[in-house]
Amino acid sequence: MSSIISSSQTWKRPPVLLKSQRWRWIIISGSVAYLILAINSVEVDWFRVYEGLERGWRFIQGFLTPDFSSRWRDIQTGLIESLTMTLTSTVAGVLVSVPIGIGAARNLAPAPVYMFCRSIITLSRSFQEIIIAILLVAMFGFGPFAGFLTLTFASIGFLSKLLAEDIEDCDSAQIDAIRASGARWWQVVNYAVQPQVMPRLIGLSLYRLDINFRESSVIGIVGAGGVGATLNTAIDRYEYDSAGAILIIIIAIVLVVEYSSSYIRRWVQ
Amino acid sequence: MLELKALSKTYKTGDRALSDISFSVPAGQVVGLIGPSGAGKSSLIRCINRLVEPTAGSVCLGETELTTLNGRALRQARRRIGMIFQEYALVERLTVMENVLSGRLSYVSSWRSFLRRFPQADIDQAFSLLNRVGLGDHCNKRADELSGGQRQRVGIARALEQNPDLLLADEPTASLDPKTSRQIMRLIQSVCREMNLPAIINIHDVVLAQNFTDRIIGLRAGKVVFDGLPSTLSHEALTRIYGAEDWGQMQQANEPQDDDTLLYNSLDSSPMLVSS
Repeated sequence: MSSIISSSQTWKRPPVLLKSQRWRWIIISGSVAYLILAINSVEVDWFRVYEGLERGWRFIQGFLTPDFSSRWRDIQTGLIESLTMTLTSTVAGVLVSVPIGIGAARNLAPAPVYMFCRSIITLSRSFQEIIIAILLVAMFGFGPFAGFLTLTFASIGFLSKLLAEDIEDCDSAQIDAIRASGARWWQVVNYAVQPQVMPRLIGLSLYRLDINFRESSVIGIVGAGGVGATLNTAIDRYEYDSAGAILIIIIAIVLVVEYSSSYIRRWVQ
Repeated sequence: MLELKALSKTYKTGDRALSDISFSVPAGQVVGLIGPSGAGKSSLIRCINRLVEPTAGSVCLGETELTTLNGRALRQARRRIGMIFQEYALVERLTVMENVLSGRLSYVSSWRSFLRRFPQADIDQAFSLLNRVGLGDHCNKRADELSGGQRQRVGIARALEQNPDLLLADEPTASLDPKTSRQIMRLIQSVCREMNLPAIINIHDVVLAQNFTDRIIGLRAGKVVFDGLPSTLSHEALTRIYGAEDWGQMQQANEPQDDDTLLYNSLDSSPMLVSS
């Protein structure tokens, strides 16, 4: 028995990224030192935190005793606005994204179209929703129309990019097979590409619906209508119980959308 | 029927896949194209229907010169060439019927094909082809519900639905078991006989090629190094195509035999190897 143990060789997993031990130590200790310095550079006014705790506590109390009734009218209008904004912007986003996504897929589009569609995607993805919302509210005034445009614009970047990548990942043998039968370009898209990407496109659209609802309550704060505007008003008036009610409704709707979209995604596979 | 003249293909990377390939295939002849991996078999087949662009030379199908075609003319030439793929290349989420009908895409407008409203004659033909390949009851199944052999039968039906003048097959048996492979090869051979259809079948299994084709063309490094009857494919010719190997062992299996005994025979021969 002992002879077996003594003859066994030791083994250690070789280092993967940094081969030299010296550099490993330099990088690790450097990072730790930076972390400590960085944390020390953050100024914390503990007195302010103490004051804020009380406000935070009032907020949480309001949240725990939500008041659905006294502002129900406003909440209802805000919600309907938000849901309308969410649905219309997702539908509009999908309708615009499909042609852009196809144009941005290297295996389907010629180079100039590809470059054009990719630049639209980059433009749309490089701005955060809030920034676009502020710009569009300035252009079109307060209200859900600015919100609708914001969410549509943001959806286009998201959906076309992921759709284009999915089209590029398509099985090229299936595309070749349809092309080899003498099919036109549209028929290749319809018969070889669409069946392959459809489940994912449906999944992505539902996911975007989910995101758009959440975003619609955020961009409301900068004036783009919806339940976010209602939430903003409630917080401004220190009506934390109404704000709590709005947050609970938002959470509930997000959960419902999340659950049903994952169910639908499994069903379309 | 099909004539290749000095066909060459050099890829952008500088790899010379085909150099100076010339041969012609008369109507009704089934040609087995053999050769080691990377010899250019796939490139050759794909140069014919222009899924790969040939660099030089000409391909004539009947009276039509294929290498110069573009756009509409190319599509109309492609529909005269049915193609059967390795790993079937069916559109997996479409039904068997849609896959077969996709062979008619170039005959109908985009709008009709989008609505799946094909002419009755096309649908009748699709049904009769599905019956011919033994899948009449499966027309509304999704293609990915079928077994490998069944999928390749759908692939054959799709190619024939084009009413082709030429059949190309790129490793049609590569992912099938030995018995199914033989059935698929027999099916291709018999439809070619019935329709007097020329075919080029690119295949790795030399025994299968010898059993089911009328002529063997051997490629090595992009050049034709053998062209003759399957019976004349000697050990010396095989060495020219693939390089040195003890070809006698392989050809033991070459005697005509039943599908069911094929596997057992090859198993039986293994103890002999051990004892010798």
